[in-house]
Formats: sequence, C-alpha cells, structure tokens
Amino acid sequence: MLQFIFRRLLLVVPTFIGITLLTFFLIRLIPGDPIELLAGERGVDPARHAMLMAQMGLDQPILVQYMHYIADVLRGNLGTSISTREPVLHEFLTLFPATVELSLCATLFAIIIGLPAGILAAVKRGSVFDHSVMTISLTGYSMPIFWWALLLMLVFSVNLGWTPVSGRIDVTYWVDDVTGFMLIDSLLSDDKGAFISTLSHLILPSIVLGTIPLAVIARMTRSSMLEVLGEDYIRTARAKGLAPKRVIFIHALRNALIPVITVIGLQVGTLLAGAILTETIFAWPGVGKWLIEAIHRRDYPVVQGGILIVATLIILVNLLVDILYGVVNPRIRHNK
Amino acid sequence: MKRGLAVFAATALAAAMATAAQASTLVYCSEGSPEGFNPQFYTSGTTFDATSKNIFDKLVEFERGTTTIVPGLAESWDISEDGTVYTFHLRKGVKFHTSKLFKPTRDFNADDVLFSFNRQWKKDDPFHSVSNGTYEYFDAMDMGNLLKSIEKVDDYTVKFTLTHPEAPFLADIAMDFASIMSKEYADNMMKAGTPEKIDMDPIGTGPFQFVQYQKDSVIRYVGNKDYWQGAPKIDKLIFSITPDASVRYAKLKAGECQVMPYPNPADLAEMKKDANINLMTQAGLNVGYLGYNTKKGPMAKTEVRKALNAAINKSAILEAVYQGAGQVAKNPLPPTIWSYNEDTVDDPYDPELAKKMLAEAGYPDGFETTIWAMPVQRPYNPNARRMAEMIQADWAKIGVKAKIVSYEWGEYLKRTKEGEQDAFMLGWTGDNGDPDNFLSVLLGCAAVGGSNRSQWCNQEFDDLINQAKQVSDQAKRTELYKQAQVVFKREAPWATIAHSVVFEPVRKEVKDYKIDPFGGHIFYGVSVE
Repeated sequence: MLQFIFRRLLLVVPTFIGITLLTFFLIRLIPGDPIELLAGERGVDPARHAMLMAQMGLDQPILVQYMHYIADVLRGNLGTSISTREPVLHEFLTLFPATVELSLCATLFAIIIGLPAGILAAVKRGSVFDHSVMTISLTGYSMPIFWWALLLMLVFSVNLGWTPVSGRIDVTYWVDDVTGFMLIDSLLSDDKGAFISTLSHLILPSIVLGTIPLAVIARMTRSSMLEVLGEDYIRTARAKGLAPKRVIFIHALRNALIPVITVIGLQVGTLLAGAILTETIFAWPGVGKWLIEAIHRRDYPVVQGGILIVATLIILVNLLVDILYGVVNPRIRHNK
Repeated sequence: MKRGLAVFAATALAAAMATAAQASTLVYCSEGSPEGFNPQFYTSGTTFDATSKNIFDKLVEFERGTTTIVPGLAESWDISEDGTVYTFHLRKGVKFHTSKLFKPTRDFNADDVLFSFNRQWKKDDPFHSVSNGTYEYFDAMDMGNLLKSIEKVDDYTVKFTLTHPEAPFLADIAMDFASIMSKEYADNMMKAGTPEKIDMDPIGTGPFQFVQYQKDSVIRYVGNKDYWQGAPKIDKLIFSITPDASVRYAKLKAGECQVMPYPNPADLAEMKKDANINLMTQAGLNVGYLGYNTKKGPMAKTEVRKALNAAINKSAILEAVYQGAGQVAKNPLPPTIWSYNEDTVDDPYDPELAKKMLAEAGYPDGFETTIWAMPVQRPYNPNARRMAEMIQADWAKIGVKAKIVSYEWGEYLKRTKEGEQDAFMLGWTGDNGDPDNFLSVLLGCAAVGGSNRSQWCNQEFDDLINQAKQVSDQAKRTELYKQAQVVFKREAPWATIAHSVVFEPVRKEVKDYKIDPFGGHIFYGVSVE
C-alpha cells in the first residue's frame, strides 16, 4: 500500500512541472504586455516602459524568468499581482471561500435533483418520464451558461422579483468577514435577514452552475442503474419476492452509485476551477472571475499563481481519490 | 375587513416613509474592482471613482458636471507675472476623516500638500517607494520636469515654482493624481511599521469616508458629516461591483442599485421607455478619429490625406456606428472644450472630388493600404470594426484598396506607437478639460513615438501649441489654439470622425445626479428620495 501511495506521489511531480510550464509560457504567448495595456491610449515612453519591465523582471530572457519563478514557487512565494500589488496567495485566499460556497451549493442542487431523477428514469425505463428526463438533461447539458443565467435572472429577478439579481448578499447588510463563507458569516452576524438574503442570493447562481453537473449526474445514474438492474442478482432478489423498493434502493442503488460518485467528484473539481461564466454574470467575487480578469490584464503572477493553486488542489483531490480506490479495491492497488 | 386593510395600508405607508427618512443609501453598480485605494498609483476611471472622485479633495476642483476650475482645498491662488510661480492660500478648518486606524489631531494644512506631491515627485521621500509606488499619471503629465520647487510659506500658504510657464498647470492639479492626503496619518502608520496601510485604508477630506472593501464585491462609504462644503445628502454610499452590463441593467430595473455606468448600446432604447429610469445623456469630452501614418507610404502626402478625407461618409458612420448618438467631428477638440474653432470648414463628402484630388496627388489608380481597427469598444468608438468596413467601402469607390488589420489591444497600442500602421483608428477622452490635453498629447512633436501615433510633427502647429502653453491669458490661448486647429485641418493628419454622447441611466428617485464630463462618477450633491 505504501509503495502504491509513493508511486502515485512520484507521478505528481511531472504533472506539477507541466502545469508551471504551461501557465508560464501560455500567458506569455498571448501578445501584449501588462504595461502597455495599463497605459492604454496614452502610451508610455520607451525608457519608462523599459524601466517598469525591468522592475518586474520581465526584461530578462524568458528561461531566466522561468527559473526565478520556479525558485520563488519552491520557496512558497507566488509573487505579487501587477495591477493590485497584493500578494497572489492572499488574493486567492480572500476569494476562494466564495467559489467553494457556490460550488458546494451547486453540487448539492445537482445531486438532490439529479440522483432521484436518474433512478426514477431507470426504473420507469421507456416511460414518458424517462424520455422527458433524458431530453431535459440533454438540453441542460448543451445549454449556453450565460444565456441560461440571463434568462433566469430576467424571469425570476427582474419580472417576478423573487430572487435578487446578483452578488452574495444584499449590500445593505454589513456582515463582518470572519470565515469568508457568507452563509456562516451571516449566521454569526445575529441578523436573520442577512442569512436569508445570503440564501436567496445563492439560489440562481447555484441553479445555473449546477445545471450541467445535474444533467451529467442524472444520465450517469440512469445508465448505471439500468446496467445493475439487468444483473442476475437483481433478478434473484426479485425472484425471492423482495419488495421492489428494497430491490431498487438496497440491492441496485448501492452498486450503481460507485461510478456516479466518481463523476460527482470529477464535477466538483471542474466546478472549483471553472465557475468563470457564472461568477462573472452573477458578480460573484470568486476565483474564476479573478483569473479571467487577470488574463485580460496580462497580470502574469496572478495567472501563474492562481492556476497553479487551483491545479494543485485538483491534483490533491485526484490523488486522494486514487488512494481511496486503492484502499477500496485491491485490484487497482496491485495492478501495474 | 375594510378597516383592517386600511390599517395595514397605513402601517405599510408609515413603515415605508420611516425607511425613506432614516436610510438615505445610494447603491452604485460599478463596472469593476478598483486596482487599489490610492489614486496616485493608477490611471483607470474605475479606481478614481472609488477614491479621488468621492474620498479625496484637490487644491482646485472641477465644478461638478463641468470642466470649469473652482477653488477646492485652496481658497484662492495668485499666479506670478511670468507664469512660473503659483501661490495657493489654503482653506482653514478642513478636517480629515476619522477611522479605526486614525484620529486626526489637527486640521488640513500645508504639510499635507507637500506630502501629497513630494511622495510622487521626490525619489528620496520616505513614502516614495512604499507599496511599490509608481506614479503613472504624475509622470505622464510630466510633472517631475515641470516642478522646480514646492515650498511651505506658512501653515496655510504653499508656493509651487515651475521650471517654465505652463498654462494648463491649474487644470493638471485638479486631476485625480493630485488628491491631497494626510501627512499625519502617513507618519502615524510609518511609526506603527505599516506605512502601506495608507494606500489600503484611505483617509481624505472628501465628502465620503471609506469604510470597507470586500474584494470584487462591495465598497462601502459613509457620508462625511464634517465635510467643509456641508454634509452630503446620502448617508451611505455603496459600490456594488457588477462587471456585466446586462446584469447592471437588471439590477437597476430591480431597484438593487440606483445608478449604473456604461450601459449596453443595445439596451438604450428600452431604457428610454422605462418609467422608473431616467436615461441621462451628455456630450462626451472625446474624439474618435482615423489617424494617418504621416511618415509612411502615400499617406505621407498631405494631398493624399485630404483626398481620403473627402471620400469618407461621416454622417453614415455616425448613424451606423454611433446610432446617431453623437456629432460629426471636424476639429480634434470636442465642442465642449473652450477654444473649439467653430469656423473651420470640414472636408466635404464628395467621392468625385476625392477621386480627382487623388489623381492630382499622383495616384490616379489609387493604391493598396491597410486600415487598423481597434479590438475594443470605447466610448469614442463603439464599434471600430464596423467603422473600418465602412471606410474601406468608401475608399474602394475612389480606387483605394484597404485591408482591415486588427491586433490584440496591448499589441495594437504598441505597434501603432512604433508607427507600423498605415491608417489606424483611435480616440481620446480628455483628462482635465484643457485643449493642451488633446493637442499636445495627440499631435505635438514631443509625443511622436508615444501618444502621437500619426507620427505627425508640423513646426507651425507645434509652435502655436507650445506658445499657447506658456501664456496664462485665456483669450490669447484661445486665439492660438484656434489657429492651431486651422493648421490641423489644412494638413489633415487625421480624419476626425465623431464626438460621441455618453449615457448614464439612473433611477427616478435619484435627484441632482450630474454626468461628469471626464467620465467619473461623483456622488456629492446627489440625493435619493
């Protein structure tokens, strides 16, 4: 087992190097430098441009820059944002809780709806319900997120006035930043209104962000259930005269869930990294929006550092999942 | 039942009135996050809105909604005969904000003025390199070379001496980078070992006091009750950061905010119809133009440029690109700036004539060239690509075959600066309402290789604008700038296209909001009913 973990850990090293290489060189491949963009129409004179580039170490050969960057990363220094002059790690930590909160709510939404829908569709295979679940989930899967978000916003926020348009909480509430998780902070603030406002602000973005995972989960659950329902032991269980509910929930579902859980895990990873559109539309102060703005501004340290942290998190989650598989299933552990 | 309803209605009404009376909160759906809270470091309007426009004062200010210079923290000033010495008499009894970190023990005085300028100017100032300070605007306005000395005459008198007479100087120090900050606060923070705090938790003398910033989400301010011009009518000012224009509009409609900047052009028609929204407009302090590279190819010839100008159908562009929201430009200055020359005659739109002119210039069969189109939307040019296509079609009629070229924005700026282009699109929004801020910056010889992307250096024009910079008599300056515009028109380094109109939707309950000609968002003097 230890050997297995060690092997997996060794594999992390090249992945990690790959990520630093990719982020470092890709962002530099995009034309335009941060200083020129900052100056805009006004322009900066060449001498000053050179001075500022030197100040940021951008005048050195690219390989030297990369070496410096790697040396800094190994020392735990991810650099300072060019535009805000704040340490990248600090900015990340300020924004990450918002992303986590939104991703968790979206996942929860996707599971609560997607799982039962998938099970029911499998059990009632070929029925009208089955067909509608499959059609709706295919639509959900192919939905352009920004359009879906604006549509929901127009209907529920502007026309019906049921939900707020955007943000994390009604701006008239002053909630102190304790944990960074607005749900917890608003509870701590002793103001019921603040908590309710936070909840209502979470509804639309969670639905929007959860739509694709929901579709994936529903479809996965259905096909996995169908496969399991066709197994011999299910027929045996039925033949024994067990109640249909017991057959479905105890015998079938437990086995059908294994691939579903894998998919949910993968979705959570992508949600953490990729809530970019949802965050931008709902003015959600999270990591996705932060990264996309940094790319627009050619804020090299933020792009490199931010992506590195997110990627590291995903690597860690995957590593954990792999190790767990190894624990659960000896066949994976011993396979070369 | 009826009675119950009446009681309910009365209670609801009373409750509504009570909230209206106590909570005068204005929520502004801002378009982005400020880069920081010290306006000396940055050049973006978003940062200025969050700082200098509402938290800080300057020695002199622009009267709200105009480009007129009025006294600010300086009550009055004298200018020496030769125009090189400016003596400012400071206002007494002005209080700095009080925060958790800082309780001022004295009023604003000359030390604060010296501190605010020296930090940006003197490399040996203890605060010069705090927060990795680079002072973009101070340097861009060439203040370092303009200033000779700043002296404190007494607590309430400061003397600025310049290296040469510079008429736009007053307008320069009304700009955002010249915001006055507290020296006492800076000293306290230095003693506490956290000098960079002054750039994160700003203390000013302005109408609103900074309270809290939640990154990428909300900025909160409270009204400064001790403000020297009287307490603002808004108690709480909140910036709700909303980057998407459609979402800003949705929030405005839902009443989640009362003022929003930069609406989508596509939403304007609907905004006009909305009974809850007052769509405010104002002629922008801007110009959108097609510049010619005067150092390269056929366009180096004035006759060719004039012919190309005559081929462009500007009114069609105004309709198609600006949706009619603006006016055709004939001068490089917008008509809202003083010294705008009413008498210059614009190039006629006449393809036949243009063809003839082109033949006379030595290109009877036209030539091949490129038009560079910006990749971004700007107030002075909402759709550069479309504009380029229209000009391409116009030029094709006189035999000039133009290819449209575009680059990523940073690259576009860099390459046009270096003069790689033939014809290129760009524009400008004024910083300080002085004609010099357009003519020198965009067309002066000193700006070639920088912001003068036409690479145009005309001695006659340059002498006129340099002379106008040195005299302080406004009538004389006006005369000189008018002549400069005549030279510009004759030499045609640009095809001036349009001056656009700026739109700002505000909810009906907002009173006395005024659009700032410089594109800022100022909330002093505004009230919410």
